[in-house]
Amino acid sequence: MSTLIELKNISASYNGDPVLENVNFSIREGDFIGVIGPNGGGKTTLLKVILGLIKPTAGEVVYNREKLKKNRIGYLPQIAEGDINFPVSVKDVVLSGLMIIKGHSARMSSEDRKKADYVLQELGIHHLSNKSLNKLSGGELQRAYLCRALIGSPKLLLLDEPGNFVDTSFEQGFYEILKDLNETVTIMMVSHDVGTISTYVKSFACVNRKLHYHDSGRITTEQLKAYDCPIQLIAHGDVPHTVLKRH
Amino acid sequence: MFASFFEYDFLFKSLLAVLFGSITAGIAGSYIVAKKMVFLSGGITHSSFGGIGIAYFIGMSPVLGAACFGVASALGIQYMASKQKVSEDSAIGFLWAFGMALGIIFVYLTPGYTPDLMSYLFGSILTIHNTDLIALAILALILLFFFMRYYRLILYVAFDEGYARTFSSRVDLFKYLLIILVSLVIVLNIRIAGVVLVLSLLTIPPNIALLFTGNFAKMIIISIIAGFIGMLSGFVASWYLNIPTGATIIFTLVLLWVISRIVTRRRWE
Repeated sequence: MSTLIELKNISASYNGDPVLENVNFSIREGDFIGVIGPNGGGKTTLLKVILGLIKPTAGEVVYNREKLKKNRIGYLPQIAEGDINFPVSVKDVVLSGLMIIKGHSARMSSEDRKKADYVLQELGIHHLSNKSLNKLSGGELQRAYLCRALIGSPKLLLLDEPGNFVDTSFEQGFYEILKDLNETVTIMMVSHDVGTISTYVKSFACVNRKLHYHDSGRITTEQLKAYDCPIQLIAHGDVPHTVLKRH
Repeated sequence: MFASFFEYDFLFKSLLAVLFGSITAGIAGSYIVAKKMVFLSGGITHSSFGGIGIAYFIGMSPVLGAACFGVASALGIQYMASKQKVSEDSAIGFLWAFGMALGIIFVYLTPGYTPDLMSYLFGSILTIHNTDLIALAILALILLFFFMRYYRLILYVAFDEGYARTFSSRVDLFKYLLIILVSLVIVLNIRIAGVVLVLSLLTIPPNIALLFTGNFAKMIIISIIAGFIGMLSGFVASWYLNIPTGATIIFTLVLLWVISRIVTRRRWE
């Protein structure tokens, strides 16, 4: 497997506070990485450093430019900042995923629109193409934003807590879509739900200022402790239940 | 003969002002309404009065003074909000009154009678100067060019700035350019509706458009058309009824909104 992106001795801060320290990490082609860690541990910052949205205070990000042109990273932000009451249709939102290829004075051709139709169809929301965002449910909105990330045929997909505002009934389906995508696309996904994603991911990255990479889809409490990654493990059973820490 | 030619001339100029006014206000208004920047635009409008006051005092063109003040306050509000840890709405409230206060002080200090002052407060389309008209025409052309060429970028920066940063490193540049254009639109339309009323010129037509469409490009086009119809009928009505033009235009625009709301009521039920 060739390396798509290599992070070398990366340190980064968010609002002046250091959140990442000396991170060394490679994203290999074909991987499906689950990024876990406590809140404020630097997960989102890590994705933003990879995207070039945050400049690291030290170290460098090396992109494999043969495999990964700039337009080949798809991104699904944690909180979509888009105003859902803005006069814009689902299809136009999806088309914004092509802007990085088309440049500042972009015109969308009929071919671009076909691409949008294709991803919308693939994710089962083509019937909502011309709707405003405020007519969509949380799950539909999430799928629309995923379409935006996918329309440029990315080689690498960065997802920040995609399960957050998806209804539980759709969550399973959403991960199945990702699993299919992973046959052609490398995926890096931030999630708080280690239990659910361990069925789908191939490896874990624990981020808590430092980054520990774990090359397997299974991870135990002991390993998390060893990685200094204090997160809540979520167990899944037939009946939803919460296991509390021993008193 | 001479009288009718004169009459024709200033009616023609007013008509051109209505045309360029509706184009500029329709484009800039759609942007501020869709991006929910109406309060910011109110701040720019009122602080530009400070520029009018100072211009009177030192004897330069009030429109030029207002333009300098409008642009400076727009950039000042953005700067205060991003660098001085003042929330944006507080920064607006601050500059809103500060501009008005400066304007009042300098108008008071200006010796003698200030001839056009009322027309800057409440608008006077009939006395619009050639230079104002030319400036408005140039601004309309710039806006048409800018929005046609960068439509997608403007749409996506306005809709989701955070995501726009993933594909453009010039998001801030475009935001500043747009706010400068909005300030200029406000200032040049002060001649038509006045400091007190100009904001409605920018906000009512886009809200009429939103009753008919959920698409930003169509919103701009409908805003321009609605603005033109509302302004023209207001202008004609004020001419025949012999009442103030700026205020009548705002009245007809609101009337147009009410009619549009009734016509489109089925869509919202």
